[in-house]
Amino acid sequence: MKVDFEKVNGIIEKYRDDREAIIALLQDISAEIRYLPEEVIRHVSDEIEVPVSRLYSLATFYTSFRLEPRGEHEVQICMGTACHVRGAPRMLENVTQKLNIKPGETTGDGKFTVETVNCVGACALGPLLVLDGKYYGKLTQRKIEKLLGGSDDEVEQSC
Amino acid sequence: MTAKPKIVVGLGTCGIAAGGREIYNAIEKALTENNIDAELTQTGCIGACENEVLVDIAKPGQPRISYGKVTEEKIGEVVTNHLLHDKIDREFALGKIGEGELSAEYDDLPYFFTDLPFYEKQVRLCLRNCGFINPEKIDEYVERDGYQALKQVITEMKPEEVVEVIKSSGLRGRGGGGFSTGMKWQFTMNAVGDKKYVVCNADEGDPGAFMDRSILEGDPHSVMEGMAIAGYAVGADEGYIYCRAEYPLAVNRLKMAIEQAKEKNFLGDNIFGTDFSFNLKVKEGAGAFVCGEETALLMSIEGKRGMPRPRPPFPANEGLFGKPTCLNNVETFANVPVVILDGPEKFASIGTEGSKGTKVFALTGSINRTGLAEVPMGITLEEVVYDVAGGIIDDGKFKAVQAGGPSGGCIPEDLLHLPIDYDSLTEAGAMMGSGGLVVMGEDTCMVDIARYFLSFTQIESCGKCTPCREGTKRMLEILERIVAGEGKPDDIEKLKTLGEAISATALCGLGQTAPNPVLTTLRYFQEEYEQHIFDKRCVAGICVDLMFYLIDAELCNGCGRCRKACPVSAISGDKKEVHVIDKETCIKCGVCVEKCKQEAISLQS
Ligand SMILES: Cc1cc2nc3c(=O)[nH]c(=O)nc-3n(C[C@H](O)[C@H](O)[C@H](O)COP(=O)(O)O)c2cc1C
Ligand code: FES
Repeated sequence: MKVDFEKVNGIIEKYRDDREAIIALLQDISAEIRYLPEEVIRHVSDEIEVPVSRLYSLATFYTSFRLEPRGEHEVQICMGTACHVRGAPRMLENVTQKLNIKPGETTGDGKFTVETVNCVGACALGPLLVLDGKYYGKLTQRKIEKLLGGSDDEVEQSC
Repeated sequence: MTAKPKIVVGLGTCGIAAGGREIYNAIEKALTENNIDAELTQTGCIGACENEVLVDIAKPGQPRISYGKVTEEKIGEVVTNHLLHDKIDREFALGKIGEGELSAEYDDLPYFFTDLPFYEKQVRLCLRNCGFINPEKIDEYVERDGYQALKQVITEMKPEEVVEVIKSSGLRGRGGGGFSTGMKWQFTMNAVGDKKYVVCNADEGDPGAFMDRSILEGDPHSVMEGMAIAGYAVGADEGYIYCRAEYPLAVNRLKMAIEQAKEKNFLGDNIFGTDFSFNLKVKEGAGAFVCGEETALLMSIEGKRGMPRPRPPFPANEGLFGKPTCLNNVETFANVPVVILDGPEKFASIGTEGSKGTKVFALTGSINRTGLAEVPMGITLEEVVYDVAGGIIDDGKFKAVQAGGPSGGCIPEDLLHLPIDYDSLTEAGAMMGSGGLVVMGEDTCMVDIARYFLSFTQIESCGKCTPCREGTKRMLEILERIVAGEGKPDDIEKLKTLGEAISATALCGLGQTAPNPVLTTLRYFQEEYEQHIFDKRCVAGICVDLMFYLIDAELCNGCGRCRKACPVSAISGDKKEVHVIDKETCIKCGVCVEKCKQEAISLQS
């Protein structure tokens, strides 16, 4: 993927005089290119004169930063307490089995990235999944099949 | 007053998640199609999450009718029936709010806040505006006495008087610790410094709690007003709200509210023509539970890794950028305008000797009425679980209630008579926490819950101090082998020793309280641990490694669905013959159960 350094520079300018804003700066860049590539971190480091190590120390401490590119679609499965007691672990298993990846990974075709989150604040609807920012509550295996494409019709039809 | 009918759609996170935006659009369409002139607006969470999507309709001169669980197909009809034919659809109507004329036919409709069991025992101070005002319109807040408390404080009172009022109200921090808010303000007021700050902790890290989110989404100005009052009292002219990034809606509404307050000069320079100035900024968290701890939170605002540091010095003396800082929780600040306007005596008349006012709880888990409830301190857990939350779903049996999230503990049935206040809950080994109450029925495994919370704190441990970094890991290893059926006879003793050592020696609250979920489950549910270790049984049927799948030969019709679906080919059997699962090969994924139309497959312990 080609990084749009124009945009990155624009974000750097926005926070130029704000000494406490390194985290916000990295967040804005993450929102723009959806992860933090090494070349970008190095570029930011040169521009704002903060050591690369300091940027990496922040990027690895806070879980919302990603150092790997993300899939086209982002799937977040809530693992909060309310969802946990309503069967979230099984739902996570369904998703990871279906896509054949572990939480935190991206499918080989670059379509889906799967992550777990701790409570998105809609506990009444648990277990719950967020697909590209949209909430899907009261999950069942069927709903997951439908959401992530491809149904189990093949099996159904053959018997 | 407008003479137009008003329609209000609940668009908090849960309302939106339940399809609120689609409902909003459907109403808009119905209004246009039928040429109805009505005001369509939105509000935050009113607390009855179970009934989302909620739509309220009010005709001038009539009480407001609240409709719950409305659907996209039916909402158009509900709206036109109500507005054009004065017909209330009983399928969806929950209750009425306020007075006014209504056909006698609907006399039996319950009053929303006083008759519905969910609300009957609630006292709404913090949530006074949630579900009533449109949080994106400052005028609606002002109409309900918004910013009057701030005006009174800065035009009529001295800072010392404000601190005195807060102290005498008995208000204690709602963020978990329960420290006296008035004392905290006094320390910050007395601290010497050319610059001071007010910081609001809106990190709400407890997974499974959403009180602060609802307040921020439903009534952001009440929190901001509380902060400005604190600013005046302690001598600060700048404030930060640190909000977790998982709450995008709350962040947006806060930013919007700050802009609107600035325009009206409730924030900014020379507020109400006085020489008091106060400005606010929102900072977004970046996903780290430990940043809810106050010293870590301040580090994070400064743009550093959010690692806690030992206290003292407390933030009141050395806080943000080394300056005296008054740091409180969202709900604490939202209480402040109420204390000022109603007077400290009235506030202190609610609650118990040591805990005054109300507490907002997020009620979740295996209960009939999930939602957000604000109850007076001193109410018993039993009343909350049975009267407010409606008891266990499907008439199930109560097992425990988890209070205080990863820092709290599990409270068993025989302690349900405990009053909810800071001190009783701490005594029981749990804590008030920020307000998450997860109710669990018989189908919850207490060992699994302990493991769940510990794996959470272990991952979130920042790694600065050894007891927390290494200790929680070792405890987790023990719990993991217990749920895997490999527990050893001395594991219970080991867990207790380790837990007590970590509590006593960890650097910050995260580590000090991390063992609580394990220690309380050991205290009240030790026999369940013993069953896992000695009998290799999980009575709740949760710990998969202690269970196996079995096909009921009576029910199986040999359709072959399970055999085809099994990812590891553990199931065999000829067409139309009874199938069997090979226990050794089975990875217990459960796919076969979902596929079986005969419901012939189940987990056995
Ligand atoms: C690990 C940890 C997490 C915390 N998380 C929160 C939180 O999410 N929200 C909060 O208000 N307080 C949290 N606290 C408590 C804060 O450190 C602090 O005591 C509180 O915000 C003070 O506000 P109050 O006096 O109004 O309660 C946490 C403490 C610890 C040790
Ligand atoms: S626990 Fe899943 S939304 Fe709160």
